[in-house]
Amino acid sequence: MFKIVTKRQLNEAVTLMEVEAPYIAAKAKAGQFIIFRIDQFGERVPLTIADHDADKGTVTIIFQAVGSSTKALAQLNEGDYILDFVGPLGNATEIEGYKNVCVVGGGVGCAIAYPSAKALHEAGAHVDMIAGFRNKDIVILEDEMRAVSDNLYVTTDDGSYGEKGFVTNKLQSLIDAGNNYDLVIAIGPIPMMKFLSEVTRPYGIKTLVSLNPIMIDGTGMCGGCRVTVGGKIRFACVDGPDFDGHEVDFDELMRRNTYYKTQERERADHECRILKMGEQAETSEQKEGK
Amino acid sequence: MANTSKTKVPMPEQKPDVRNTNFDEVALGYTEEMAKEEATRCLNCPTHPCVSGCPVNVRIPDFIAKVVAGDFEAAYQIITATNCLPAVCGRVCTQESQCESKCVRGKAGESVGIGRLERFVADYHMAHVKESVPEIKTNGHRVAVIGSGPSGLTCAGDLARLGYKVTIFEAFHKAGGVLVYGIPEFRLPKAIVQKEVDRLETLGVEVRTNFVIGKTLTVDELFSEGYEAIFIGSGAGLPSFMGIEGESLIGVYSANEYLTRVNLMKAYSDKYDTPIRKSRSVAVVGGGNVAMDAARTAKRLGAEKVYIVYRRSEAEMPARAEEVHHAKEEGIEFMCLNNPVKILGSENGEVRAIEVISMELGEPDASGRRKPVAVAGSEHEIEVDTVIMSIGTSPNPLIRSTTEGLDATSRGCLVTDENMATSRPGVYAGGDAVTGAATVILAMGAGKKAAAAIDKYIQEKG
Repeated sequence: MFKIVTKRQLNEAVTLMEVEAPYIAAKAKAGQFIIFRIDQFGERVPLTIADHDADKGTVTIIFQAVGSSTKALAQLNEGDYILDFVGPLGNATEIEGYKNVCVVGGGVGCAIAYPSAKALHEAGAHVDMIAGFRNKDIVILEDEMRAVSDNLYVTTDDGSYGEKGFVTNKLQSLIDAGNNYDLVIAIGPIPMMKFLSEVTRPYGIKTLVSLNPIMIDGTGMCGGCRVTVGGKIRFACVDGPDFDGHEVDFDELMRRNTYYKTQERERADHECRILKMGEQAETSEQKEGK
Repeated sequence: MANTSKTKVPMPEQKPDVRNTNFDEVALGYTEEMAKEEATRCLNCPTHPCVSGCPVNVRIPDFIAKVVAGDFEAAYQIITATNCLPAVCGRVCTQESQCESKCVRGKAGESVGIGRLERFVADYHMAHVKESVPEIKTNGHRVAVIGSGPSGLTCAGDLARLGYKVTIFEAFHKAGGVLVYGIPEFRLPKAIVQKEVDRLETLGVEVRTNFVIGKTLTVDELFSEGYEAIFIGSGAGLPSFMGIEGESLIGVYSANEYLTRVNLMKAYSDKYDTPIRKSRSVAVVGGGNVAMDAARTAKRLGAEKVYIVYRRSEAEMPARAEEVHHAKEEGIEFMCLNNPVKILGSENGEVRAIEVISMELGEPDASGRRKPVAVAGSEHEIEVDTVIMSIGTSPNPLIRSTTEGLDATSRGCLVTDENMATSRPGVYAGGDAVTGAATVILAMGAGKKAAAAIDKYIQEKG
């Protein structure tokens, strides 16, 4: 059992938790992930490690409540326990030898971009950071990102905060302005990573993307997380999660991530019906009570 | 006077058309009467060749004599003197190619049903005897066991009985290795595996789940934590794919993933969140026991058509005859001498068919089996919505890639000497991590050997 020691709501849908996991905290590096299982009926869900504190023995996770496990996790509070928590899995982001880096985060992907920026910053690289959000209300980690970057550019799709526009436009303008990046790290929704990789391709700028496909064990055993990179099958859990964005078959990855969409919808509908039935039962009980 | 029946007392089973819709155990086990009757078929011959056929040398005629006498607990004690997982072995051991293959009775008729008797004795014990905590004098030495599959459990059990303080490190959230993620409930109920793990814990073995050696801690760090010797029983978990077109389509699984979703993650039960594809028509590629397990699982999950696609003929199939027989009874269709060419997808990237090519058998190959050769122009499609690749696994590189000086073969198998010692002093290994995918009992035999070698190593080290 793994204790939640801190919980903070970053925006309506995104939660930060510090979890007591001393062995993982001692080993974790930027880019690695953990797998959690909320209870005995839950799925095994991978989450990238957003931060870690070896002295406190804690690992920070930041997640958006989208599936049943992350929704249930968001309901837990400080002092509660997560049943299973294993890691650090996957390879660390390579940070050695880069001098001028642009780290791009999209939405909740900023939670994963942040530790990479931090690691690069601590290694002495010049770090520009672009953080893109749909609108002002969902901006997260602004202070944290600012602290680990030389320049932080926040963009919003609707212009309600920072610069109006997409992260791709911002990266393009930074490149146009003469920034000679030797590495771009892009973390966010798959389409964002795909298009960012297209922005850097003509310039031959090395571009790393962090992939988060469906997986079970996270140790190379199920093969569910396979992605095609440079025409070859790779397992994101043990060969990644970082890959060369210019080599990844993003369209295939997008398809594979919809593997269980229908079933999840059916399940969600089913649960909604049960809830509704519950509500109806309650109302009728109230009526009868009258 | 020995029972002269040429055939084994039949094993009671769920009817095929009933069991292929549930996940309950297929074989129901002998009654006391059946066990006694079968036991009297043993001639207690002077050479007892069966014992040498058993990788852990269970004193088979001795335990069978106790069954004849109706002293089932005494039989249990004889078995567990050398085999710490009898309820598991009685179910999944390949007796027909081991102990039973050596049985004198097998020369004229069927061999004695040693596996069935072992299962009966183990189940009798579980049902009737309250586990007592044996008194073990601890010797203060600590040993780490990596992996909680058959080899790790056996090694840990033997060392614990010798007084060692053993910690098992398991990457998954549940102990049992392939016994819980791979072998289906209907062949090996998970409650039985759990009881075996519980029994180890009563011997003082500590099981640490959610712990990936090679990631959470390395082998070298285990030594720094105070473990004096290490046994690696991390199995052969890495699934192989064919490398054909369409393997990344939605609806293509490795057998590992499919079985893990169902066995470990219980996708067959509505109570669990685990999703699994609702298949109507499934092709399982491969001819081993894992392929049979995957096919029978798919059937139970409601698939109307389930095909085994295998490139050789049925005679060459590596699966146990019993598994093939059970699969056929349950309605699995065998498409032997067919090899997949590619998997075809629909517009939205889901499997719609598998294209196979007919094969014929040519000259014997390196394995001694006749080599399958493609028949030119014989490609044809089988309409399926799911393809399960069950063409083998290889050892996981997580440990060897993080442990300096640990020799492995080009296929990733750890290299050991005859005492299961690896190239690193104090590090032993056994089971599939050494042999590549093999059987439960061979892994147990290796775990046993390693335990003895580790004991010797630590005692000599002083």
